[in-house]
Amino acid sequence: MAETHEGDSRRDFLIISTTAVGAVGAACVAWPFIDQMNPAADTLALASIEFDVSTVAEGQSVTLTWRGKPVFVRHRTPKEIEEAQEVPLDDLRDPQADSDRVIKPEYLVLVGVCTHLGCVPLGQKVSDPRGDYDGWFCPCHGSHYDSSGRIRRGPAPLNLAVPSYEYISDTVVRIG
Amino acid sequence: MAANFSNPVVRWIDHRLPIFTFLHHEAHEYPTPKNLSYWWNFGSLAGIALVIMIVTGITLAMHYTPHVDYAFSSVERIMRDVNFGWLIRYIHMNGASFFFIVVYIHIFRGLYYGSYKAPREILWMLGVVIMLLMMATAFMGYVLPWGQMSFWGATVITNLFSAIPLIGDPIVTWLWGGFSVDNPTLNRFFSLHFLLPFVIVGVVILHIVALHRFGSNNPLGIDVKGQKDTIPFHPYYTIKDAFGLGVFLIFFAAFVFFAPNYMGHPDNYIPANPLSTPAHIVPEWYFLPFYAILRAIPDKLGGVLFMFGSIAVLFVLPWLDRSPVRSGQFRPIFKIFFWILLVDVVFLTWLGGKPAEGTYVILARFATAYYFIHFLVVLPALSIFETPKPLPKSISEPVLGAGGGFAGATAAPREKV
Repeated sequence: MAETHEGDSRRDFLIISTTAVGAVGAACVAWPFIDQMNPAADTLALASIEFDVSTVAEGQSVTLTWRGKPVFVRHRTPKEIEEAQEVPLDDLRDPQADSDRVIKPEYLVLVGVCTHLGCVPLGQKVSDPRGDYDGWFCPCHGSHYDSSGRIRRGPAPLNLAVPSYEYISDTVVRIG
Repeated sequence: MAANFSNPVVRWIDHRLPIFTFLHHEAHEYPTPKNLSYWWNFGSLAGIALVIMIVTGITLAMHYTPHVDYAFSSVERIMRDVNFGWLIRYIHMNGASFFFIVVYIHIFRGLYYGSYKAPREILWMLGVVIMLLMMATAFMGYVLPWGQMSFWGATVITNLFSAIPLIGDPIVTWLWGGFSVDNPTLNRFFSLHFLLPFVIVGVVILHIVALHRFGSNNPLGIDVKGQKDTIPFHPYYTIKDAFGLGVFLIFFAAFVFFAPNYMGHPDNYIPANPLSTPAHIVPEWYFLPFYAILRAIPDKLGGVLFMFGSIAVLFVLPWLDRSPVRSGQFRPIFKIFFWILLVDVVFLTWLGGKPAEGTYVILARFATAYYFIHFLVVLPALSIFETPKPLPKSISEPVLGAGGGFAGATAAPREKV
């Protein structure tokens, strides 16, 4: 009886270890097939752009393409800067000071993708509606962003994202 | 049981591969309740719609180019230059809508006559799986022409997954294969749009296997009591299905030839532009009730959960409605609530097409709340409080009177041998 028992547990061990090794093997084979769907090397290689902000006149906005997404560069007027700086942080859904969102206060650089469901907000063209806070307005589901790109009203949960960028000279920024 | 085939070749093959016996058994002599109404046509119509979609889809794939620079023009080429390309594409486009029309009627038929109840729970759940697969397939197919609605629909719907806490954003990047909807996204959607219909075919086969285990439900919702309650599937229901198909094709052809773009959006004839969102994004009509639920919830994650929940609740429906009576004909209160649910879903469809602002949002909230109340509160409560009307003794009895009863008939439910 004891012998049978011993044989059983030996067999159990074999079954469990074989299954475990098989499962790990299957997971290892599955990974390449899952990971192939992530961004490919050439997609990642296109991940940074350079732009001379001095080409943007005061009050003007331009739209760049970065990683297939629009990036907004706005040369803000003193009034817009003042509005952005004076808002009490308690009024914000996603509290962040304007100074944390810009390197030079005149030039605001944002990813132009609504944080709700990914539409491109309006406000880049002179003829566009800018929402109630002098910034951007998303027509899809009605989110209003202020002159610092922060969410003020509507369904979007977060501020417009600030991409990682740096000034590589006085006027040229590298985004990404 | 084996059929007697007169053709010697058929006999020779059937002896080695009993495919003819199988077909004879499942599609010819297959005993079907003799009281099925025209509401029972929509299952076979759905199957035919699937075949139409696969045939036209494979044909379109011979001319379509899944690349962001060529997709739109290749579709226009199909419309203008490819012989009968316009016809094949319009059949495919409208076929998607008609597939959903037929399937939605099929589902509401099942809801009214309690076709989801024991012993047909798995049959019902397989049906819900088919509906989910259809939705995924339709969504990815709509992206392929790479028009404005294609692009922005894909953006909004894939962004739904970003609502998942922590892993949401990596999942969205993984779905896109980049940092936005782009060429890798289009390529994989084409690949999956080609694959999924065949997965649907597989689940449909399971659906039919489960159906033939206990046979069709019927308008009375009572079990078949014996041979007197059934007729062979062929020729009785093959001819009825064929007649229904003719009527269906009249409506279908009317749209294909006279209003092919009625159910589409003009914006999708503008090539996709990743830098400009159309002012009013709406999904295809068959997604509108779910879209209305998504937008009714003021929280991003909540909206996504309720939207998927509205379909998930159908999976557990057989355990929410515990009433032993299947057919709504014998459930006076259930019947009223069924029609309210139908109106509610139609209302949600309408709301989904309206902008998400002001009164529309408030109304969508009420309609969403009612949808869930129907399944989670009303149906379980009715199972306890409702007194159903008396059921006839058999399918034959209401027609043939007492004489149609089965004196001494073995009342065992039919089982496949």
